[in-house]
Amino acid sequence: MMDSMEAIRVTFFQECEEQLAELEAGLVAIEGGTAEPDTVNAVFRSVHSIKGGAGAFQLADLVSFAHGFETVLDEIRSGRLEPRADIMGTMLHAADVLSDLVREARDGTALGIGWREVLADLDAIARHGSVPAEPPPPEADEFGFAPITIRIPTGEPEPMASDPDRLMVEFRPHPTLFARAHDPIPVLRELARLGEARIACDLERLPPLDLLDPEQAYLAWRIELSGVPDTAVRDCFEFLDEDCDLVIGPRSTAGVPPEPEPELALGHLPAARTATAPEPSRPAPSKVSAPSQAAPPPPGAATCGDNAPPPTIRVDLDRLDRLIDLVGELVINQAMLGQRVIEAGVARQPAVATGLDELKLLTREIQESVMAIRAQPVRPLFQRMGRIVREVAAATGKVVRLRTEGEGTEVDKTVVERLADPLTHLIRNAIDHGIETPERRLAAGKPAEGTVRLVAAHRSGRVVIEVSDDGGGIDRSRVRQIAERKGLIPADAQLSDPEVDSLLFLPGFSTTETVSDISGRGVGMDVVKRSIQALGGRLAVASRPGQGSSFGMSLPLTLAVLDGMVVSVADQTLVVPLTAIMETLRPAPGDVRALGPAARVLAIRGGFVPVVDLGEELGFSPAGRAEGAQPVAVLVETSEGACAALLIDSIQDQRQVVIKSLEANYGTIPGIAAATILGNGRVALILDVDALVASSGAPASSSVLSTPLSCSR
Amino acid sequence: MTDLTSSATGTGRELVAFRIGQQEFAIDITLVREIRGWTAETSIPRAPDFVRGVVNLRGAVLPILDLAARLGLPPAEPSARHVIMVVQMGQQTLGLLVDEVADIQLANDGLIQPTPEVGSELVRQFVRGVLAVDGRMIVLIALDDILPSPSHGVIAA
Repeated sequence: MMDSMEAIRVTFFQECEEQLAELEAGLVAIEGGTAEPDTVNAVFRSVHSIKGGAGAFQLADLVSFAHGFETVLDEIRSGRLEPRADIMGTMLHAADVLSDLVREARDGTALGIGWREVLADLDAIARHGSVPAEPPPPEADEFGFAPITIRIPTGEPEPMASDPDRLMVEFRPHPTLFARAHDPIPVLRELARLGEARIACDLERLPPLDLLDPEQAYLAWRIELSGVPDTAVRDCFEFLDEDCDLVIGPRSTAGVPPEPEPELALGHLPAARTATAPEPSRPAPSKVSAPSQAAPPPPGAATCGDNAPPPTIRVDLDRLDRLIDLVGELVINQAMLGQRVIEAGVARQPAVATGLDELKLLTREIQESVMAIRAQPVRPLFQRMGRIVREVAAATGKVVRLRTEGEGTEVDKTVVERLADPLTHLIRNAIDHGIETPERRLAAGKPAEGTVRLVAAHRSGRVVIEVSDDGGGIDRSRVRQIAERKGLIPADAQLSDPEVDSLLFLPGFSTTETVSDISGRGVGMDVVKRSIQALGGRLAVASRPGQGSSFGMSLPLTLAVLDGMVVSVADQTLVVPLTAIMETLRPAPGDVRALGPAARVLAIRGGFVPVVDLGEELGFSPAGRAEGAQPVAVLVETSEGACAALLIDSIQDQRQVVIKSLEANYGTIPGIAAATILGNGRVALILDVDALVASSGAPASSSVLSTPLSCSR
Repeated sequence: MTDLTSSATGTGRELVAFRIGQQEFAIDITLVREIRGWTAETSIPRAPDFVRGVVNLRGAVLPILDLAARLGLPPAEPSARHVIMVVQMGQQTLGLLVDEVADIQLANDGLIQPTPEVGSELVRQFVRGVLAVDGRMIVLIALDDILPSPSHGVIAA
């Protein structure tokens, strides 16, 4: 029981994430004037669904905030409120707060969100059509808890209820209401909780017992309420309104005898038979069957509309990974089969050759399709950045607009998840350091509003994400000064502009003089670069003074495969991750020179880089390289920026390999990151270049930069 | 083959008996997932001498231990006649290289004699008792310490 409840809860929060993303996207579209007619409805639906779910889990704060939010959205939706810029600002902020509240509810931690203030703002907008200049009256807080008391009596006419004091509600459930596992009792309880309620059960339609069909609904209720706004009453019925006849009207106009039947305790509903409530003759009944496009979707049903997203299912990630594993095996098996067929000498037979080719195509297609399942658009990630931009812009007093492109670009789910931190940091950086203050921008002849662009695109089998700003660009002389002062480069170093720019990525470099709480959180660009590299990606920077700078990252589409160079070392086959490789070369005899008792260095273009002989380092050829054998040097760069030359025997191939864990069955191996299975069915180890270079004692970080050989290309 | 039904007494358990050199050993059959022929391994750098390497077991990376070397016997020189017993130990799957699998023995606890007192540390570490069957001596071994502390790199020291 607990488990199923917990599962529903998990689903609720998953759906919340989706709703929040849709909400934010919609609000941004409305603000930017690119809203479709249905956008407001979609936004309303998102908040409404969150509220509905939150109510089911008794998340009172979330419900009351969502309710206030929804009220304003309803005003906008109905055209009573113009989505002006100031209102949209509050709405976006409210979306952030809503997202925080969802997070708080999900994790069960109190984040100390000042949601009541925002709720008061929303109330003010709903009532006055604008954000109050003064702080809202303190009593707004007390009202914040209960969804129904949000409308503080203001003397302004209630938009919907003409007489909020006395209401008559007629509630006649359809059989479908029970079929959908709804229950009128909690609704009646809720109504009773709202205010003084007199509930009468209408047994008029109840047939004699022998004619009673247990699947029919015969009962109806009439509820007389006082001091309750009709919107609050409507909310009680919000998920039921398709499955019942509901009439809500002022008591005087409901055409009901003034003295209702004896009040009933809920437990004794059938005890009294009431007079018929006349069905017709209601002068101004507001029949609640909300317009279809605005109607909340019944719980569990997918949101639908004209531009409804294609139907989806939720799949356990473990199952998906198992499938990906199996497809990996299929690919290997197919390669092995091909090899066996060649060995058996039947590869030339047309039937066999055709069959094999088809199998190969099919396998590749299956692999691509399966990988695509794990792929997710970067849209939610980009949308989260909108909030970062707003917050940082507000904190720095800058006016910044975020423009995103290519949100539909799909990347592996894990990559998307692990991109959030580096991307956040880059955006903060762009606003804090890149974009100038409005005054300086105007002085420079630029619009006061700065722009941060976030662009994603697929490019040659990788995904490229770029964060650019139209700010002042990198102040290279200052970057140099700081690097010199911190001893990262010698004072007389000759550095090209790109080399100066890449100084930003050195550990220990931070251009903020004073540590701001925006980007100076002890995390430098080196951490960003390292986390990108940990994803198998590369980070580059370009900057033009006065025009802005741009940080581009190139990432693999998935973490399940890796681009590698297949190399031979002492009869063993190894895979070097391509991201670490800068170049390969065949050193001339004498280019590898001894340095000290054991170390060796490779002379390259006037500089020297430490040599790691893979055969020796991994213990495959302890006796050293056979005389006369000419090794190949693979120049690698670690994520810390250290360079080294790996000596190998030969390069076999360059290809994508499927990553297999070694740790599950064996353990970690120093210098080895993982394993893969080659086309011949043999296991090949994938090198951990960072660990190898570090353990062989190559110097870390920046010293290499002072040599003519730049590692930070 | 021992007749499995005749000796099936209450606490009996099935053991897989296998041969390394001239000695016979046995492990609990519930540990054994499959038995397959030997294929060439991929060496693991800086691994202990009893770790021969890893092979591809239907897409998973399977470490192969030379059980002879692990038990302090002369290391195996594997050939196509050697077999790999794939054993499951908790979350870990391992391959044990042995000369050949002999048979399946059903032994109740009464048949298993305590390990004779010998000085060898390795014997104390792995041997859990001996079985006398038809003039053969089968050494019952436990695999608990066969690959010390997985996933912490200790074995690769």
